[in-house]
Amino acid sequence: MTLRVSLYRILLYSLLLIFSIFFLLPIYVMFTTSFKSLAEVGQSSMWALPLKLSFEAYVLAGSRLAHGLMNSLMLTIPATMISSLVGSINGYCLSKWKFKGSNLLFTLVLFGMFIPYQSVLIPLVNFFRQIGFYNSIAGLAAVHIVYGIPITTLIFRNYYATVPDELIEAGRIDGAGLLKTYWYVFLPISLPSFVVVAIWQFTNIWNEFLFAVSLTNAPSTQPVTVALQNLSGSMISQWNTQMAGAVIASMPTLMVYILLGRYFVSGLLAGSVKG
Amino acid sequence: MKYSKKDRVTSVLLLLPSFILVLLFVYGFIFFSTYISMTDWRGLIPSYKFVGLNQYSQLFQHPRFKVDLFNTGLFTLIFLAANLFLGLWLAVMLDRKLRGEIFFRNLFLFPMSVSFVATGTIWVWIFNPTSGLNIIFSALGFDTKNWGWITDPRMALYCVCIGAIWQMAGFTMAQYLAGLRGISDDIREAARIDGANEAQIFGHILLPQLWPITVGAVVILGHISLKIFDLVFVMTQGGPARSTDMPGIFMFETTFRNDFFARGAAIGIVMLVMVAILIVPYLIYSRRMD
Amino acid sequence: MKFKRLSMIILMIAIIIILGCAKPQSTEKSSAPNMPPPPPKEMTIFSWWTAGGEADGLNELINLYHQKYPQVRIVNAAVAGGAGTNAKAVLKTRMLGGDPPGTFQVHGGSELIDTWVKTGYMAPITELFTRLKLDNAFPTGLLEMISYKKQYYAIPSNVHRSNMLWYNKAIFEQLGIEPPITLDELFKVCSKIKNRGIIPLSLASRNKWEVTHLFESLLLAVGGVDFYKSIFKGDIAWTDRNVINTLDTLKRLLYYVNQDHPALTWDQACGLVQQGKAAMNIMGDWAKGYFLANKWVAGKDYSAIPTPGTAGAFIVVTDTFGLPAKAPDKQASLNFLEVVASPEGQIAFNIKKGSIPARLSLPMDAFDEIAKANMIDFGKDSLVGSCAHGSATIEAFVTALNDQLGVFIQDKQVMKTAQALEQAAKDAGLRK
Repeated sequence: MTLRVSLYRILLYSLLLIFSIFFLLPIYVMFTTSFKSLAEVGQSSMWALPLKLSFEAYVLAGSRLAHGLMNSLMLTIPATMISSLVGSINGYCLSKWKFKGSNLLFTLVLFGMFIPYQSVLIPLVNFFRQIGFYNSIAGLAAVHIVYGIPITTLIFRNYYATVPDELIEAGRIDGAGLLKTYWYVFLPISLPSFVVVAIWQFTNIWNEFLFAVSLTNAPSTQPVTVALQNLSGSMISQWNTQMAGAVIASMPTLMVYILLGRYFVSGLLAGSVKG
Repeated sequence: MKYSKKDRVTSVLLLLPSFILVLLFVYGFIFFSTYISMTDWRGLIPSYKFVGLNQYSQLFQHPRFKVDLFNTGLFTLIFLAANLFLGLWLAVMLDRKLRGEIFFRNLFLFPMSVSFVATGTIWVWIFNPTSGLNIIFSALGFDTKNWGWITDPRMALYCVCIGAIWQMAGFTMAQYLAGLRGISDDIREAARIDGANEAQIFGHILLPQLWPITVGAVVILGHISLKIFDLVFVMTQGGPARSTDMPGIFMFETTFRNDFFARGAAIGIVMLVMVAILIVPYLIYSRRMD
Repeated sequence: MKFKRLSMIILMIAIIIILGCAKPQSTEKSSAPNMPPPPPKEMTIFSWWTAGGEADGLNELINLYHQKYPQVRIVNAAVAGGAGTNAKAVLKTRMLGGDPPGTFQVHGGSELIDTWVKTGYMAPITELFTRLKLDNAFPTGLLEMISYKKQYYAIPSNVHRSNMLWYNKAIFEQLGIEPPITLDELFKVCSKIKNRGIIPLSLASRNKWEVTHLFESLLLAVGGVDFYKSIFKGDIAWTDRNVINTLDTLKRLLYYVNQDHPALTWDQACGLVQQGKAAMNIMGDWAKGYFLANKWVAGKDYSAIPTPGTAGAFIVVTDTFGLPAKAPDKQASLNFLEVVASPEGQIAFNIKKGSIPARLSLPMDAFDEIAKANMIDFGKDSLVGSCAHGSATIEAFVTALNDQLGVFIQDKQVMKTAQALEQAAKDAGLRK
């Protein structure tokens, strides 16, 4: 019995190892390239470790990206929080407080996720210019919140669908209606789903380029994706700076993953049903 | 389940703002796009002359678009299947309270945080036959002479798939992990006491519980893959020889390089319909399960 | 639990405050309809010159402008993205939305005239031309690329030459061969080099335009200047003999190129030459910048000649700046255009960018020998616009040509491609 179990474990761990290599490969290339000096960078030597550790790429990338990073933070954090909250409330209503036509409503809202950004770009920019939201972080945030509604709603609705209805019942027995049940019962147990949504929205909004480049037109308002893209010239690309820039730009998102990862705790739900 | 009228009204009111915003910003613009797709607007002077479905008929006869449709179908199939399997498998692995779970979890999520420019570039380097994977494989003893990877029109699409899966598998894993964590241990314990083995627990208890998440993942991943533009554009620009060309790329070039706004809008609507065709059956099926 | 919720509430309030503070930036841009416009104090220059020598060159122009007009703030709205793909998308969005920049970078020739002038988005600057006596400052061939119906619409800031063949001197000396002047010589030389195990011609095709770049040189060599001009105007069918011959030539040439070209960008193909893995590369004179950055010396390590069969002809790649019809401050824009047209502006900009001035007869001392040779040629050669870089023909056709050639270099089907090109020309509106 013990032998079979450890063989099984070995197989599991080795598969995990193979996949880890798959995930690590590009990360390795990214980091080693970012620490090379311009002379060393090149596709033909991509696997080689840097002969000489060089920080020049980071210095250059860092100074060019600093403002964009600030803008991105001011854009992404509020937008993620608001769109998560909106999605949570929507998902809650749609999964636990259905009414006639609520499924149709959900489908209609969901369908909105499918539109390719390119087709709404021009009317969107026009509209925003009319209402004075052009070239502002607030405007860009508003866009992401609106276009994030379908997906955040979807994720929360699916999550709440796995939550037993007993919780609603328990709340009703205590005399709580829709809002109170949300605030006292559902919100506290929504953490895993908030984590997933926050990861998704933060990543998408942080890395989004098309809207960012079209709705802002000055370095003072441009998010880091635009600044990152601008690190490359139209002709010559300094790959070490680009990679260093990519590393720097991905750090905040990674921070979010690391910080929120702590909330993937099992038994959260079990505790509330029991108690 | 019956509840008070007050609660019913509250529910509607809470959902109303989202609905209105979506109506405006999504349906309003879809309507606008559809209208444009039925005009002859070409060039930077807007023209709203109605031409019916002309744009669409010309589009479907366009050799490049026909290739795009095939590519996107194949890409979506591979991307969806691989992503779901890999994401689920990784989540199941990590759910077992392994040693180093935190490290692995962040490792698998990291690709999502990297910008598509960097991702695309690195994967192109990796798939370059003269300097990428082939160096590793020949060191391991393989004969890599004919392995063209991204330079081979027959292999390029799979290379792009791998790059895309690398970037997105972590999110699928996160979703499944959240779902698995939402299934209380008691249910699993009870099953184990009843004599079920791990595989049975997985197949009969966990998997069905994860169904809403699977549906959600299919919807999210499906629409990303059908609309994909950024990553493929950086990696191959649609080449070599259109083997990785996607409707999203064709749409971008048509709209912003050729100024052919009517045709660009038509492509956009076709992309929209493709996603609807993929997603709607799933939604109906999952509704019946609810 | 209570703490968490309290902190969330505080966070929400903080967010709303942040958003509220972020908005005022936009309110000063949205104009109240009845107030007179505030005195214009800034001008936006839109380009895709975000890094390297190009960005430096642009800064030179901006500095010159500041010396003359210190009270005007220049907004350098550059957007990167290979050969301007992103920038063009952003620019079109702005122009369609009625928010033009003060001026923008645009390739002379078809991109300027067909995309922007014929559609009424540009205002003529003939008055500036006459005042500064600029019709004598630029060659006639170039003037054709910036004029429409006898009016001028833009100032060319720089000129690159597309039809150049770069070669590794060491390899050529070792093999005792001369750089090829005709297409026949090119094939002889390729054959000799290949026998020695070196890649004769390096090619990149990842961004698609690199192949079109090669194609236009071959088309010019096979068909000649008049043919080149006519076919890109739509006067000749793409099933013409000369096109077939060009495609055949390209097909033969493909035997001598590196097989991993779909994974390479143009600078990496130059890299093959620089590393001694390849002997020759056909690319515009911006290749010079790449070699320089890799510490190669012109005349010693490498040299360049016009692409085989095209001596006496100069394929022009030119960036120009014009005056949008709805520019917020016409005078400020015109002042900038004057700086661009000035001899100091032309020299300062082009030294940094690595191209040659669009103006004729400027002092050459500050330029390197390859630039000098091109400046001389520019003054006397027959000028044609580059197709790959937006000057010779409409963008819609260039996109289709890029796409079709991408297919051709894989399937090598000459007749099928020629027919497909004719079909694409009709579809793009180039031919009826």
